[in-house]
Amino acid sequence: MLAGGLVLVVLFRDRLEALLATPGLQTWTTVFVSIVVQALPFLVFGVVLSAVIAVFVPASFFAQVLPSRPALAVPVASGAGVVLPGCECGSVPIAGALVRRGVPPAAAFAFLLAAPAINPIVLVATAVAFPAEPGMVVGRFVTSLVVAMIMGWLWLRWGRADWIKPLQRLNLDGLSRWQAFWASCRHDLTHAGGFLVVGGLAAATINVMVPAEWLQALAGQPVLSVLALAGLAVLLSICSEADAFVAASLSEFSLTARLTFLVVGPMVDLKLVAMQAGVFGRGFAARFAPATCAVAVLVSVLVGVVVL
Amino acid sequence: MNRAVQGVILLLLGGAVLRISLTDMYLRYVRDGLRPFLIASGLVLLAVSAATLWPELVHRKAGQPTHRDPEQSRGQDMERSGHRNPEQGQVDPGTGYDRPAQHNHHSHREPVVSWLLLLPVLALLLVAPPALGSDAASRTGSALSTRAASDFPPLPAGDPVVLSVLDYATRAVFGGDRSLGNRRVQLSGFIMRGGDGQIYLARMIMTCCAADARPIKVALMGNLPDRLAMDSWVEVIGRYSPDITEDEINGEAIPFLEVEQIRTIPAPRNQYE
Repeated sequence: MLAGGLVLVVLFRDRLEALLATPGLQTWTTVFVSIVVQALPFLVFGVVLSAVIAVFVPASFFAQVLPSRPALAVPVASGAGVVLPGCECGSVPIAGALVRRGVPPAAAFAFLLAAPAINPIVLVATAVAFPAEPGMVVGRFVTSLVVAMIMGWLWLRWGRADWIKPLQRLNLDGLSRWQAFWASCRHDLTHAGGFLVVGGLAAATINVMVPAEWLQALAGQPVLSVLALAGLAVLLSICSEADAFVAASLSEFSLTARLTFLVVGPMVDLKLVAMQAGVFGRGFAARFAPATCAVAVLVSVLVGVVVL
Repeated sequence: MNRAVQGVILLLLGGAVLRISLTDMYLRYVRDGLRPFLIASGLVLLAVSAATLWPELVHRKAGQPTHRDPEQSRGQDMERSGHRNPEQGQVDPGTGYDRPAQHNHHSHREPVVSWLLLLPVLALLLVAPPALGSDAASRTGSALSTRAASDFPPLPAGDPVVLSVLDYATRAVFGGDRSLGNRRVQLSGFIMRGGDGQIYLARMIMTCCAADARPIKVALMGNLPDRLAMDSWVEVIGRYSPDITEDEINGEAIPFLEVEQIRTIPAPRNQYE
């Protein structure tokens, strides 16, 4: 079936190229491909790291490092996000591996939300993009950390384990360590990778289809501008290493609105939600993503009013 | 989807990533600095694919003990001993996978979504979409960020002065006469036509990938040839003009350049700034 499909595609390659030669579709294809290509190294890094966690790091390690009370493990796990270099695509499979390894889900989710936004690479990029506004870096760090901790605690209080689909699909028992390592890599790459493509398709469509004029109309309104940039962050799905530069170019918007853009983007976007649905299940993503988005907007506005 | 198909898909994906990162193709989609990471991830994909496909191949011709690989031959030995002692083998040591899964279909259902990984492969290997050009530039507003005039270092030496489109536009809008004076400047970019028929020289600036690319536009005036094809790459030499126009999309200021010479050039290696 795979081979037959590939032969068909190669045979009709000219047709395909002609179809994609219209300028709009060409732009769409370029944006789609670039989102996937850009995310792939981070996804592969995250998948390999999560396979290492799943196979080579004993479960007792996390029990020792994390405080035994989940309420304390949440802030520790959020802060641990500082050490994960890179953007959000890698953090989803890593969080999946942490949960499989017995880390309390609340702590793993706090890590999932904090890591892409508070690591040094992203903070430096933010400082470079906003040279005249050091408050942006501080605001981004503080807000992202606080939102991640709130979401962890909310999960402790109201989260239910049966919202997460069973994670232990992959039977690694009885395999040698290296066999288990490769099996884990293959499993995560085909799963999370497929959902990355779903997110990339959606984000490219939004990127090309939504007219930029609509945004301009909203820039002057204090409340609507915050909501508009939160929505834009979700839809555009820009990597957290680059979003500060896009935020800098949205100069008609208030700093608070742009802070919201920087906080929401690495936590909730189309590509991330698709990947979360793939790793943790649709029931989880349908509850977790909207809640995160709401908390992120509220905290961003509060911090924006105080710091910026 | 069985493991062999997954292995083939990962093989194709790794091959596509290596193909674009070992040539200059990757520059159409992502920033220069990502190259070593792309190559590394391509190699990891190939390794995962090999680790998936190798046991499948061995398993298929299990009758022929052809391997020198110690792990594989050990697996075959144990498999043979497993035939003699059926209670032993829950896990097939040769493939390393849970054999019962293959027999009673309880196995993890591989989601259909994995097939979608073929889309970027096909796009990269067959279509190879070009770098963003005038279509993308005309959809998005010019992206100058405000800077104080004192930020500008003096223009470098040379006549004409070679400047990036971003540098010229920023100096022209925020530094004006003081920054550019009457020096001749040389810019390169692609041709874009506005809704009002105005010809622009544009360049996309990219931070991470084409999804975050934003155009910088410079309006051309003066001595222009009649036929300038959209998306053709040109090198223009001209002087600063104090005129300013507004971007149709975001109202951002767009400076003018009084063109003295213009010639078409091949697209540069990296089309983004």
